[in-house]
Amino acid sequence: MRIALFVPCHVDLLRPGAARAAARVLRRLGHEVRVPEGQTCCGQPALNAGYFRDFACLARRLLDLLDRDEPDAVVAPSGSCVAALRVTGPRHLGLSHPLLDRLYEFSEFLTRVLGVTDVGARFPGTVTWHDGCHALRGLRIREGPRRLLRAVRGLTLVEMEEPDECCGFGGTFAVKMPEVSAALGERKARAVAASGAAYVSATEPSCLVQIEGVLRRRGSAVRAVHLAEILASGEGGDGG
Amino acid sequence: MGRASPFRRRARRALGNPVLARNVLRATDTSLAHRREVVAERPDWEDLRERAAALRRHTLARLDRYLREFAENARARGVQVHAARDARAAARLVSELARRKGATRILKAKSMATEEIELNAALARRGFRPLETDLGEYIVQLAGERPSHLTAPALHRSAEEIRDLFLREGVIREGTALPRDRRALARRLSLSARETLRSRLLEADLGVTGANFLVAETGTVVLVENEGNIRFTTTTPPVVVAVAGIDKVIPRLADLGILLPLLTRSATGQRAAAGVSLLSGGPGERHVVLLDNGRTRMLADPEDREILACIRCGACLNTCPVYRSVGGHAYGWIYPGPIGALLAPLLRGRGEDWELPFASTLCGACAEICPVKIPLHEHLLRLRARAARAGRRGIGERIGFRAFRFLAGREDRFRLAARLARRMEGPLLRLGLLAAWTAAREAPRMARPAFHEMRGDHGPAAS
Ligand code: SF4
Repeated sequence: MRIALFVPCHVDLLRPGAARAAARVLRRLGHEVRVPEGQTCCGQPALNAGYFRDFACLARRLLDLLDRDEPDAVVAPSGSCVAALRVTGPRHLGLSHPLLDRLYEFSEFLTRVLGVTDVGARFPGTVTWHDGCHALRGLRIREGPRRLLRAVRGLTLVEMEEPDECCGFGGTFAVKMPEVSAALGERKARAVAASGAAYVSATEPSCLVQIEGVLRRRGSAVRAVHLAEILASGEGGDGG
Repeated sequence: MGRASPFRRRARRALGNPVLARNVLRATDTSLAHRREVVAERPDWEDLRERAAALRRHTLARLDRYLREFAENARARGVQVHAARDARAAARLVSELARRKGATRILKAKSMATEEIELNAALARRGFRPLETDLGEYIVQLAGERPSHLTAPALHRSAEEIRDLFLREGVIREGTALPRDRRALARRLSLSARETLRSRLLEADLGVTGANFLVAETGTVVLVENEGNIRFTTTTPPVVVAVAGIDKVIPRLADLGILLPLLTRSATGQRAAAGVSLLSGGPGERHVVLLDNGRTRMLADPEDREILACIRCGACLNTCPVYRSVGGHAYGWIYPGPIGALLAPLLRGRGEDWELPFASTLCGACAEICPVKIPLHEHLLRLRARAARAGRRGIGERIGFRAFRFLAGREDRFRLAARLARRMEGPLLRLGLLAAWTAAREAPRMARPAFHEMRGDHGPAAS
C-alpha cells in the first residue's frame, strides 16, 4: 500500500522517535511510506479550546496536503489528532474531506486494516498499557494494541488498575488547570508504578508526555515508550 | 499569570485536603464497583439505555403536551399544581405555603430541585428551619454545608468526620462507645441519626420533597429512596409539596420499567431501590411546584435540550476523573461533575459557571456511563465553543489562537516558531516561567533534531 505518514506537530517536536518507528514498522511490513511535505498542526488545540474556525482552517489545510498524492491510507502515531479530524470535527462542525475514510491511527491501521498482530518485534521487558481517551472512546481502540503487544517477543503485558482512566493531560487543560491535571497524572503514575511494569506504553504521545513528566518527578525508573517504538525494536529493526 | 479562576481556586483548596480527596475517591470507587457488578447482570443493559435515551428524547420534544397532561391528571386527583418561572418564585410558593399553614415542623426529603431554588435559605428568612430527613442531607445541614453529589450529599465526608460532627452537635453523647472499624462506625452513625430523627418524623405540619419522575398519564409523583424517610415525609404531615423541574415528566407509568432499573443501578449499584413511592393525589393536601428556572430556554435549543434528559443518577460524577479528584464543592453550584458543568452555565449562567465546561479533559468517561446516553463531553466541547464565540475567554486567548493559526498555516512560519521555542525552552525553564507545567511534572524537552530535521532512511528525507 502507498501510505502517507501524518506526523502531528507534537510528535515532530517532542517525540520524533514515534514517527520514525511507525514508518519503520510499516516499511518492514512491505508498504511504501511517504512523509508529505509541509505538515504543521491539525488544529486540535484550537478545537478543544472551542475555536472551531481556527481548527477547521488548519484541519482542511492539513487534510489537503496529506491527500495530495492520493495515498491508499494516511497513518498517524497519535489517536487524538486522528479522532479530532475523523470524529470530533465532522460531528461538531460538519468537517468533511474525502481523506477522512482513509485516515487511521497507527495501531488501528495495523490491526483493522492490515489485519496484522505480529510485526516481528522483540522487546524484552514488562509493559503496561495506558488507554488514551481519544483512541479509546473516540476511535474505539482497546484490544488492538494489546494484541500487538502480546505478540512481541520477550514482552510481558501487565494491566494497571483502571488503564482507561484519563492521565489528566487534556491539552490546554494541563496548563490552565495544572493542579487538577497533575492530580490526575499522579493517580495514573501510581497505577503504573503499582503494576510493576518497567515500561508504560500508549498510542498517544501527549499522554506519554504527561505520564513521563510525573514519573520522572517522582524519581521513578519506569520509562514511557510509544507503541510504535516497541513494535519497531528487535531483529528486523536497526536499533534506536 | 493572573488571578486563578474561581473553579481553580476551589479545586486547589480541595486538592490540598488529603482527607477530602481520599473520601471522594473511596466513595466513588465503591459506587462504581457496585454499579459494574449489577450492570453486568443485565445483558440487555445497552438496549435499556438505548430505549431510555429514545424515551427521554421523545418526551422532551413534546414536553409542553406531557406537562399539560400531568397537570390535568394531577388536578383531577385533587393535587394543586403550581408553575414557578424561576428559583425565587418556587421558593416563595413553598415558603408562602408554610406560612399559610403555620407550619412549625417541616420535614424535608432529599431533593436537588429544592437545593437549586435554595429553599432552606428562603425558609430560614421566614423563620422556618426544616428537618432534613435524608441522612446525607441531615449531615450536610448539621455541618452548614451544601451537598457535594447528586445522590450522596455527604459523600465528601468520612465516617470519622461525621462522628466528630455528631459528637459536637449532640447527636451522639460524649463518652458513647463507638466502633473503630470504619464500616461498623458508619452503620452505628446512621443508626444514631435515625434515632434522633425518628421521634421527629412522627409529627409534622408540612412535608417537602422533590421528585424523581412525574408521570403524565396518571399525574403521579414518583420518589425513590433507601432510608424510609420519604415515606414519613409524605405521610406524616397533612400537607405535602413536591418541587420538581419540568424536565422530570415521563409519559406513562410503564416507562418506569425502563427508567427505574437504570437509575438505581447507575446511581448506587442497587438492583432496586429500597422504596419507591408513587403518589397520586393523597389523603391530605397535595401540591406540586413545576420549576422552570431556565429549562424552557434549554428546551428551545435542540442540542441543549438533550442535556435535560438527565435523570440525576450521579454516575457521570463517579466516573469523572476531575470530580473524583476535587469533589463536588469545587464546581461552585449544587450540580457538580460533567452534568453540572453543563447545567450551571445553561441554567444559572453566571460568568464563573462558563468556566466549568473547561474544567474537563474531555476524556468522555461520562458519556460512556450515562444511562440515558447523553454525550456529555460533546456538549462540554460545544459549550466551550459557545463561550469562546461570546468572548468569555478573553481577547488574549482569541488572538493567541488566531496567531497560532497564522503560524501553522504555512510550514516555514511554523518551523521558525518551533525553532524559536526550542531556543527559548532552556531559559524559560531556568526562569521558572513554565511553572504551570513544571510545578508537579518534569517538562518534556523539545527534540534535537525534530522529525522534520532528520535525515536518512526513516526521516522525511527518505520519502
Ligand atoms: S448526565 Fe447521565 S450519568 Fe450524569 S447524572 Fe445525568 S443521567 Fe446520570
